[in-house]
Amino acid sequence: MKGDSNEQALLKGLANNDSKAIETIYKDNFTMVQTFIISNNGSYDEARDIFQEAMIALYEKAQTESFVLTCQIKTYVFSICRRLWLKRLQQLGRFTQQVDSMEETVAVEEDLVTHEKRNAEFVIMDRALNSLGEPCKSLLEGYYLKKMDMAALANEFGYTNADNAKNQKYKCLMRLKKLFFSQYNIGE
Amino acid sequence: MDDIFLLEAIERYLNGEMNPEERSYFEALCKKTPEIDQMVVEHNMFMHQMDLYVAHANIKHTLHEVHSNLRSKGDINEGGELPTRGKIIQFWNKYKRVTAIAASVGGVIALFISGLVVYFSSVVTDPKLQQLGKDLEAVKKSQQYQGSIINEVKSKIPSNARLLSGGSGFLIDPKGYIVTNAHVLRGTGAVVVNYKGQEFNSSIVIIDQIKDLAILKIMDTDYVAAKSIPYTIQKNNADLGEEIFTLGYPRNDIVYGMGYLSAKTGFNGDSLSYQIQISANPGNSGAPVFNKNGEVIGVLSTRQAQADGVTFAVKSKNIYSIVEDLKNSDSAFRKIKLPGKSILKGVERKTQITKVEDFVYYVKAYGK
Repeated sequence: MKGDSNEQALLKGLANNDSKAIETIYKDNFTMVQTFIISNNGSYDEARDIFQEAMIALYEKAQTESFVLTCQIKTYVFSICRRLWLKRLQQLGRFTQQVDSMEETVAVEEDLVTHEKRNAEFVIMDRALNSLGEPCKSLLEGYYLKKMDMAALANEFGYTNADNAKNQKYKCLMRLKKLFFSQYNIGE
Repeated sequence: MDDIFLLEAIERYLNGEMNPEERSYFEALCKKTPEIDQMVVEHNMFMHQMDLYVAHANIKHTLHEVHSNLRSKGDINEGGELPTRGKIIQFWNKYKRVTAIAASVGGVIALFISGLVVYFSSVVTDPKLQQLGKDLEAVKKSQQYQGSIINEVKSKIPSNARLLSGGSGFLIDPKGYIVTNAHVLRGTGAVVVNYKGQEFNSSIVIIDQIKDLAILKIMDTDYVAAKSIPYTIQKNNADLGEEIFTLGYPRNDIVYGMGYLSAKTGFNGDSLSYQIQISANPGNSGAPVFNKNGEVIGVLSTRQAQADGVTFAVKSKNIYSIVEDLKNSDSAFRKIKLPGKSILKGVERKTQITKVEDFVYYVKAYGK
């Protein structure tokens, strides 16, 4: 039971973006996934990509309120990575044989569907933000990502006062919204 | 200007920054004007997306930091040697396989007997029969897997190396030169297996990633060179619609497949390869593609995902150029001679296959 509560604590840490917990999970699982991917036609870079994507999927899962992990973190991460990698291989259409697939896995299809949807949303937002141009992009990032207050932002961007900066921020936000929804609704 | 004012109000409302008076006024306004109500809903949704975006970006950032952190501390490594497993674990793994085999053999026998019982008892409903078939299949599968591992243990793959990938290859010179795909050869070396299951050590003599071709040389005292190779390798381009066939190793046994040449270029107009219509599976990579006269016209390499039967083969004239490259790189390879005479023209397909199968090998690539 001790192991269980330990894993729960780690997941809680992950959900709160606590780098200590993330480091522990990372350290415990990365090499296993790396070995799997390298021995199945993958490169070091691909191993890192796949593993980090699985970590994000686990993070998303850990954040939902109804979250319960019914297996070990290790099993879950491996299952996600395996699925993601098989999919990637299929897209590449390479004709080499799979040799390593004897580890224990759990069904992760549903989680992956959610994760992919989230990923798509992330990409849409990312694209919208990047097509905004400066200074809109940095202004919004400063306010929403870095959580800077209006006065500090006005200072950094050289607006004469916080109100002007705020005005500008709302203008930018409206443009971003337009860009985002035009893509998002197509995606639906 | 009005829009901005409204947006600010919505944001303050959603963030709970309004005082009660303002709040009730705003809510009344929403009730009266559906447009504003809709804007509130939309903005709420957008801000939720924004929060998700921020969280996603942050976790990505943390992961990158943790990764480089652990890397600099040496807890994980990239590019270097992967840490090998401890001896005890290796021993346990070996032992585990033996146990698994014992269990699955027991399982097969039990299932087989119950299968017989079910088969001979007259009243059986169909679904049940199917179910049992499936079970048997699963056990058989796992047993096959175990079996192949045992073979590997005894095989010529160095005991400290791991099997990385498998594909096919074929002889282009009886002295033991084998052509396969570059992408089959992951890792540091390869053994080749003939259709009878006999293994030979080999070394990689040249790899060309652009053409996706590679040449192996059999380096094994057990290898007995054949007098000649029955097929030739075509220098010219093959024609559209030509009937083709291939022999390869998508499984441990050699498998025959037949189709036709469907385009003179490969994926995205790649002029190094052909598109062929043939069913191919993982493991077919590196297999020879013959025309009906038994001339090699290509080397089966990739297939298009999400498309049925669309497969690509590297054109055979690239074999000539890679052999040329090899000859120029080292005088030891000057003596390679590509086959000049085909004895397969006008011969029945079954005879063609029995003549050719000796020269098609299963390539197993291994590495540390």
